[in-house]
Amino acid sequence: MVEEESLRVVRCGGSELNFRRAVFSADSKYVFCVSGDFIKVYSTATEECVHILQGHRNLVTGIQLNPKNHLQLYSCSFDGMIKLWDYTDGILIKTFIVGCKLHALFTLDCAEDSVFVTINKEKPDVFQLVSVKLPKSSSQEVEAKELSFVLDYINQSPKCIAFGNEGEYVAAVRDFYLSVYFFKKKTTSRFTLSSSRNKKHAKNNFTCVACHPKEDCIATGHRDGKIRLWRNFDDEKKYTYTCLHWHHDLVMDLAFSVTGSSLLSGGRESVLVEWREAAEKNKEFLPRLGATIEHISVSPAGDLFCTSHSDNKMIIIHRNLEASAVIQGLVKDRNIFTGLMIDPRTKALVLNGKPGHLQFYSLQSDKQLYNLDIIQQEYINDYGLIQIELTKAAFGCYGNWLATVEQRQEKETELELQMKLWTYNKKTQGFVLNTKVNMPHEDHITALCFCNAEKSENPTLVTTSKDGHFKVWILTDDSDIYKKAVGWTCDFVGSYHKYQATNCCFSEDGSLLAVSFEEVVTIWDSETWELKCTFCQRAGKIRQLCFGRLTCSKYLLGATENGILCCWNLLSCALEWSAKLNVRVMEPDPNSENIAAISQSSMGSDLFVFRPSEPRPLYIQKNISREEVQWGVFVPRDVPESFTSEAYQWLNRSQFYFLTKSQSLLTFSTQSPEEKLTPTSKQLLHTPAHVLPSASFLCSMFVNSLLLSKETKSAEEIPDDVSMEEEKESVDSDEENNFTEEVQDTNNTDLGKDIIHQLSKSEEKELRKFRKVDYSWITAL
Amino acid sequence: MAGYKPVAIQAYPVLGEKITQDTLYWNNYKTPVQIKEFGAVSKVDFSLQPPYNYAVTASSRIHIYGRYSQEPIKTFSRFKDTAYCATFRQDGKLLVAGSEDGGIQLFDISGRAPLRQFEGHTKAVHTVDFTADKYHVVSGADDYTVKLWDIPNSKEILTFKEHSDYVRCGCASKLNPDLFVTGGRYIKVWDMLKGGQLLVSLKNHHKTVTCLCLSSSGQRLLSGSLDRKVKVYSTSSYKVVHSFDYAASILSLALAHEDETIVVGMTNGILSVKHRKSEAKKDSLPRRRRPAYRTFIKGKNYMKQQDDILINRPSKKHLELYDRDLKNFRISKALDRVLETPEITVSIIKELNRRGVLANALAGRDEKEISRVLNFLIRNLSQPRFAPVLINAAEIIIDIYLPVIGQSPVVDKKFLLLQGLVEKEIDYQRELLETLGMMDMLFATMTSKESPSLLQHNASDGFLENKKIES
Repeated sequence: MVEEESLRVVRCGGSELNFRRAVFSADSKYVFCVSGDFIKVYSTATEECVHILQGHRNLVTGIQLNPKNHLQLYSCSFDGMIKLWDYTDGILIKTFIVGCKLHALFTLDCAEDSVFVTINKEKPDVFQLVSVKLPKSSSQEVEAKELSFVLDYINQSPKCIAFGNEGEYVAAVRDFYLSVYFFKKKTTSRFTLSSSRNKKHAKNNFTCVACHPKEDCIATGHRDGKIRLWRNFDDEKKYTYTCLHWHHDLVMDLAFSVTGSSLLSGGRESVLVEWREAAEKNKEFLPRLGATIEHISVSPAGDLFCTSHSDNKMIIIHRNLEASAVIQGLVKDRNIFTGLMIDPRTKALVLNGKPGHLQFYSLQSDKQLYNLDIIQQEYINDYGLIQIELTKAAFGCYGNWLATVEQRQEKETELELQMKLWTYNKKTQGFVLNTKVNMPHEDHITALCFCNAEKSENPTLVTTSKDGHFKVWILTDDSDIYKKAVGWTCDFVGSYHKYQATNCCFSEDGSLLAVSFEEVVTIWDSETWELKCTFCQRAGKIRQLCFGRLTCSKYLLGATENGILCCWNLLSCALEWSAKLNVRVMEPDPNSENIAAISQSSMGSDLFVFRPSEPRPLYIQKNISREEVQWGVFVPRDVPESFTSEAYQWLNRSQFYFLTKSQSLLTFSTQSPEEKLTPTSKQLLHTPAHVLPSASFLCSMFVNSLLLSKETKSAEEIPDDVSMEEEKESVDSDEENNFTEEVQDTNNTDLGKDIIHQLSKSEEKELRKFRKVDYSWITAL
Repeated sequence: MAGYKPVAIQAYPVLGEKITQDTLYWNNYKTPVQIKEFGAVSKVDFSLQPPYNYAVTASSRIHIYGRYSQEPIKTFSRFKDTAYCATFRQDGKLLVAGSEDGGIQLFDISGRAPLRQFEGHTKAVHTVDFTADKYHVVSGADDYTVKLWDIPNSKEILTFKEHSDYVRCGCASKLNPDLFVTGGRYIKVWDMLKGGQLLVSLKNHHKTVTCLCLSSSGQRLLSGSLDRKVKVYSTSSYKVVHSFDYAASILSLALAHEDETIVVGMTNGILSVKHRKSEAKKDSLPRRRRPAYRTFIKGKNYMKQQDDILINRPSKKHLELYDRDLKNFRISKALDRVLETPEITVSIIKELNRRGVLANALAGRDEKEISRVLNFLIRNLSQPRFAPVLINAAEIIIDIYLPVIGQSPVVDKKFLLLQGLVEKEIDYQRELLETLGMMDMLFATMTSKESPSLLQHNASDGFLENKKIES
């Protein structure tokens, strides 16, 4: 039995990896990156996430290795705390409370017991670099209030501050200024680019800065793509600079290699440029990295580089400019046109990925499984170009077919439209292009749907378009003696009074097709393609359309733009009921009759779960998100839950995920995903592999433990020491697994009650664990 | 990371006949040589031995032609009446022919007078052939009999009298299990091993099939018919894979060794001889010296030691020249390279437009270069499948080169040509629209008057419309 707890909206995966520069561990085995409120530790060899360091209560803004102990990591956050972590074990060592919002963190080898942070004092746009003295104390939480001012009027981004030549000076850039503060002399010199004053729209703003680790040399990046190398800057008159110019757009980040012999730069071109010996001639390129390079970092050992990209990706690059690993999160920097889909094979979430690609994202492991290149064209990353957009996609026939639509519109009259049909190839375990249809319609395609009925012998696809037609595409065999070939051809074109076709939907058994033409819903027989009947409610254009399922298959639901939700009975051809609801998203659950609708109001988005057979909702959750919800999807569960409470029963067989306008992926949950792992498998997963005996030895016992044991006594037979160990481990794992983030508590129960509730829950869980699990296999070790 | 993705060249559907291996193979013949015979050519037979001469039976003569000669090497004309079915022996040394008067004559290829004459048939002998053992001749005649003759003695050995009609066709077994029989418009295939089971019946000609022939590989079957067509079938699926057209009804058909020559005899006495095109000659340029054999096998037979790490050299993807230019952002050069084939050019122009550099690629050209582009536009602008892309490019060119117009007479002439082309196209479109409007009006009147009394009127309307389309 699962403990009944209030349902809440939780953020689910899709964490950002490219917010700040990644940091390497001293031995280059791990790479750290900030990700929301957490710090993630990835292995550079396997690309796997090793630890998630959690403890900050707001966005983490900076991480640095502890210069005195390379196995420790400092982090700072908007919650005003600097925390010291042991990253090998994932343990929080110390917390220093500073008390004001910290925007960036820097450490220096020579500065013994102080770190540098960026704070803003009075005005919202004025930032200061201050050094914080970290008091030595044995207690876990220490107040660090001793701030000493270093530099004023600096940029918020940590890319605009750099410490050079073993901490002799700090350079900061903002707008058209480069300020250098010398620690020994305690003076600040400021350099201005002369041209910036004369020209009105000068584009040589500073964007980033890096300092040579050994020499007195500062490299600055500019908006016009130039890199300037400053020397002799200790003299305000005699300073010199040289220019390196390759980038045609702004330089996003710069980094010197450990020895300082080469300079790395990157920008929107998605090309990593290595300038050897700071000379214009000696440059090496690593092109086609996929997306804008946001940050570049270099490992202290000097053998690896890491670039963070705007498509939520980190690439580990070897010294000889060869990409060795890619850590890819959910790509989120673009508009989602395709909506959320579930790949019936992998149960992965499918949506627009990087430009021209469809990404398959595993919800369980918060990892991108793979990218499917749909557009198959060289991506030119340039500002102001009109790119081909992947606008629609749909899976059909249990994941055997995938249909995609891409479009590019340069002018009103010039529309390039292409529909592609992909078949799943079992041998290569991937989708292979089968048919390419140029200009399937005269105008934008508004909807795309496959007939997913079990009995349908021939795959059928329907597209609707703004040109007033809907087209039926079927798979035909055009093999001859030379080759075997199957392809898709248009079978039927339908229209209704030249209205724009806006939506289409097949009934569950595939016998009926509903196509909405603006305000009118038309029902077509899928055998003969005859118009059977029409429904019109005169309540605005139909925005969403779906058939009921299972026992409710006689109902058709439509949501209009004027905020009316209608339910028609297909047997009586009459309106069954209608409700006033401004529905944005309407998704049927594939495993039950339930339909989830998300409505949009000025207050926020509300969720309604209902069955078409009755207008009374099963479940209502108000204010699930303050923003507009764009897409939603039901994901079938592998193992059904067993909520007994009637309100939560709709979550028993499927889980509901939704995506808001700011591209955060949210879901409803009563518990964190890791708690759902059975204790046995959890224990197996958390024990280091080298401690365990060989898999062949464990297997039979492990499988036996999963079977229903005949004697229930076995649980009591466990030796004491083993069970003790067990207990400790499970407690540990409970502590570290809460990586789902609570966005808001929607239930209005008071806090005290909640705590009691939780306590009893954890206790009960422990008890349950001992009652259920058969540990006899461990005794054999 | 992912490599350079080559430009996708838009494929346009090919109208007309599909290009397959068969169409390529059977179209690879030179234009036919026409030889006029004295009468309808009833039989053509190739010798199986080099130099692959063939015997042509027409009227009362048998001509032997060499493979490439247009004049007969030899003529046998000692027939009193029409000769039939001149057939070579397998070794190509003897030739046998029947005739209208019932006689069968056996010739030596080198001699002139007949070696043997087999007298026995009372009516016209339409079919004669050698048996597989080379020493006998089988003949079928209009007297309902089939006879087997011995060559050395010129004696009749056997007579089959089971036929109840004229024997017009016969074939001595050459160890082929399938037998092809024509009858009327059908070609029937019988399996002899299964005791004469009908395998398939083909009906692809709409007139009587007169001759059949197997290709040298045995994979294809050719049939000639009175409907003036030769059709090629696949013997595995019995589907038509290719067909030839001829000027007159076909009476006989033969294929030379290795399908080198197709000889077709027709009712109007014309013999059409088609020779296979010789293989494309290799470049006469001296071949560049290739690396020695050992460079390719260098290191291939090296056995991996235990601690060695095998590093594979990344395989180089072959890129087209224009792709290489595009990869290196040499856009004008890429455009210049592809100005021959319009499909590729249009795809490249589209790609340049997508990259936002089309204007850059078209700008800064001298007289020679711009006139090349203009020539291409003039050739292809009016094709509807390329028009949207090319009109855009033409507009850009006009925008760029408007200030320098009048400086070069060559370019000015090209611009005027282009202008004329566009005006002509506009006129066409207007005319088409007018016609469409007229037709729409007619259709509208037709649908509104559905009562049967006005049927007469409708018919006249339809007639008018037809006239309009014709005009």
